[in-house]
Amino acid sequence: MDIAQLTLDRIREDLIARRYSAAELATEALRLAEAENPKTNAYIHFCPERALDAARRVDGKIANGEDPGALAGAAVAVKDVIVTKDVRTTCGSRLLANYIPPYDATAVIRMERAGAMILGKANCDEFAMGSSNENSAFGAVRNPVDPERVPGGSSGGPAAAVAQGTAVVSLGSDTGGSIRQPASFCGVVGVTPTYGRVSRYGLVAFASSLDHIGPFARTVSDAAALLHAIAGRDEMDSTSAFAPVPDYRAGMNGGLRGVKLGLPREYFKGLASETGNRIEAGVGLLKKLGCEVREISLPATDYAIACYYIICTAEASSNLARYDGVRYTTRSASPPNLIDMYRASRGEGFGAECKRRIMLGTYVLSAGYYDAYYLKAQKVRALIARDFQQAFEKVDAIVTPVSPFPAFKIGEKIDDPMEMYLSDIYTITGDLAGIPCMSVPCGKTAAGLPVGMQILTNHFDEPGMFRIADAYERAGGFAGA
Amino acid sequence: MASRADVLASAEVLDKYEPVIGLEVHVQLATRTKIFCGCPTSFGAPPNTNVCPVCLGLPGALPVLNERAVELAAQAALALSCRVNAVSRLARKNYFYPDLPKGYQISQYESPLAEHGFIDIRINDAVKRIGVTRVHMEDDAGKSLHEGFRDSERYTYVDLNRCGAPLIEIVSEPDMRSSEEAYAYLTELKQRLQYLQVSTCDMEKGHLRCDANVSVRLRGAEKFGAKAEVKNLNSFRFLRMALDYEIARQVAVIEDGGTVSQETRLYDAQNNITVGMRSKEHAHDYRYFPEPDLLPLQIGDCWLEGLRNAMPELPGEKRARFVQSYGLREYDAEVLTQTQELAAYFEKAATVSRNPVEASKWVQGDLMALLNAQGKPIAESPVAPEQLGELLALVSKGELSGKMAKQVFARMFATGAAAREIVEREGMRQISDAGEIEKIVDDVLARNPKQVEQYRSGKTAVAAFFVGQVMKATRGQANPQAVNDLLKQKLGR
Repeated sequence: MDIAQLTLDRIREDLIARRYSAAELATEALRLAEAENPKTNAYIHFCPERALDAARRVDGKIANGEDPGALAGAAVAVKDVIVTKDVRTTCGSRLLANYIPPYDATAVIRMERAGAMILGKANCDEFAMGSSNENSAFGAVRNPVDPERVPGGSSGGPAAAVAQGTAVVSLGSDTGGSIRQPASFCGVVGVTPTYGRVSRYGLVAFASSLDHIGPFARTVSDAAALLHAIAGRDEMDSTSAFAPVPDYRAGMNGGLRGVKLGLPREYFKGLASETGNRIEAGVGLLKKLGCEVREISLPATDYAIACYYIICTAEASSNLARYDGVRYTTRSASPPNLIDMYRASRGEGFGAECKRRIMLGTYVLSAGYYDAYYLKAQKVRALIARDFQQAFEKVDAIVTPVSPFPAFKIGEKIDDPMEMYLSDIYTITGDLAGIPCMSVPCGKTAAGLPVGMQILTNHFDEPGMFRIADAYERAGGFAGA
Repeated sequence: MASRADVLASAEVLDKYEPVIGLEVHVQLATRTKIFCGCPTSFGAPPNTNVCPVCLGLPGALPVLNERAVELAAQAALALSCRVNAVSRLARKNYFYPDLPKGYQISQYESPLAEHGFIDIRINDAVKRIGVTRVHMEDDAGKSLHEGFRDSERYTYVDLNRCGAPLIEIVSEPDMRSSEEAYAYLTELKQRLQYLQVSTCDMEKGHLRCDANVSVRLRGAEKFGAKAEVKNLNSFRFLRMALDYEIARQVAVIEDGGTVSQETRLYDAQNNITVGMRSKEHAHDYRYFPEPDLLPLQIGDCWLEGLRNAMPELPGEKRARFVQSYGLREYDAEVLTQTQELAAYFEKAATVSRNPVEASKWVQGDLMALLNAQGKPIAESPVAPEQLGELLALVSKGELSGKMAKQVFARMFATGAAAREIVEREGMRQISDAGEIEKIVDDVLARNPKQVEQYRSGKTAVAAFFVGQVMKATRGQANPQAVNDLLKQKLGR
């Protein structure tokens, strides 16, 4: 078996036809992932027992003639900000280096119930803060396409695992582009669903009002299947939506005749020319498939970066308060008193990016600054959401680049946070508006670096988004039009 | 430092100043489970056993609001005549403390559950209205245990069982002008919440906690003085003593030419003083912001109306009804409505006896005396209210004298037996039958001709002697009124 070539449907078919067992697949996937890991550092640690347990359950069901589930035998990587019972969950942080959660995230439970086998926990920027996966206490992740380059962040590990073919699909999280940007850098599919579509229970919070769990896959169909398995109302997350979860794959194959696409002019300024060309070609293919394309405007876009970095840091400063050395986190040695213990534990434990965001967030929430920063940012957020609502009165979907540039070199931007933050410019608006958005590969630059095209649709219109992405994939768009 | 208020300032000096007091009261809601998770709220479990990922604040866990907690909080708000907001928001209050595992408390800030209420209190026979600024919901923190362990010198232990217990905070306007008013406000507040069964209000278990904002100003001054927040008022008695001390302390500071500083002070009950906390300990910027893990709380009119309809009669309404329907005095009505249990006991006894005024007298008198002697609450009374009612009915019908009733009641209290049973078993029935009594009267008169002579010659005082003789002959069971009537009739002849 060649895991890099497998799809979810193919695995199911093979398992039911007894071409191989789930246990054999899990064993091979674990062997491969461990062997390949030195090249990319995509995994922080592996959980072979858990994977093999899951495999045995799948094999047992097949032996009994039961449905083994839509994700049967899917070898998956789970970003290490999603908690797994009895399996270390580090969040890419020194503070949680030895933290073993006593419970599973809802998405993990649902994924395993559908037959998935978790190979291990995927590397990421510390507490999902970063755009290059260089902020991990467990080392940077290398892009499987070019090991000198970053895989993107913060879900660099899950993207790299799928791109290098050690995992069939993976779970990531996205707060400002952390799924779509690494998907685009690594040349895979990455989906950020509607806010509330997937339960956040068990996703270690970075910025609660922006955090999403979402899938990585090599095909649109696999991404849709994984999302279908984990989506839906969860009693444990008050912000999870009641809306029923449609069968995303059933809506595919429909053709794109008459689908109205909007190209927001604000998203095509300052693009690296090669990226611009790839997106233009991608849009050309969509036109050929029957889409009507028109230019639109999302005028509040200019304020998105400022708005995002106020809201996400404010929430982060509160969410990260619990890592204080009192309970499960690493405690600084022999602190003289409580306050110094807090300071030392947090000072030694957090990396530079987390500290920067905690300070920024603490500042914007402080008495006297709250109205000028946090409250103002919330108003801007409402304007950004309104821009999208107005656009969706005219168009069915919006198409943009995912990132202004392809994967950059490790070390290239890490000392310039502002430059790093700007790489999120096209992805943060989708998170701020809470709408579904995804990255699909759309060819490569001359240097062979993948470029990602972003498709955004209205709240809960994942079916419309997948339909476009799937038709585009079938027409050969992933390889470049 | 002097520890008693009257040493700090004389009555005349105190009288120049007007205290201004507002109370912040925390009440634990009587839900079965915590406010954001399914852990039990039961008191006294071994440390750190009533906990789960949510109340432990483990990474990735999320809060889900307990609907029952909202119901109780809204009922409390309605009972304080507050306006319940159609939309309110939970908010994070950020601060570091070892017994606060999330690093923030989930509370309410800009849009609380309810606002603009009031409580009417009775002070020196006049009614005074105290404003209730707001009622908001929040979760409790855990408990830091600084003492009682082998290594308490070096370590503090943390028990998170209480973490996530549902609380409401009830903030009053600075409308109180004496410790008596504060006492009356808290009493009325507690009584209403207990009636609603919103909380046990058990201060020993921390289910009712009170902080006071206190300032003083010269009488007639318009501006408020600088206020001190006095914490740790763990009983009604401490509330009054702490306020009296703090008022006198502030007056003494001003009289000495100093200025009162705005600060948080702890009440030290052992020495009856308030002590300033180091300013560092309360120099907080809580960085409130709306809790993103919870949706805005929307409360519909229908839901609220349902809650209102489900509310029991509140103490004030009950008092008024007792005065009106039962003809009780205001004071008696107040005593009898102190708790719902006592009021219910009285009402049942009053109905069965068909004599509410007598029932009021007996409940407050003989029953309370015997209960208090044994330290028993009304709920554990060996005499059921119906039984007391039946006893009083026997008196009303003339089957028992008041004096006998007291004896019977004591027997009832001791044995739990019904009045009629005791009366019959012990032959204590009052003889009201005129024929039966007449026979005995005739007999007594016939055996004491000398006294009859004395009576007829004008020494009417001997009547008492005859009554005594009749009572002796009937072992006290003759109806004294009937005996008197018969004697008068026979002797007057």
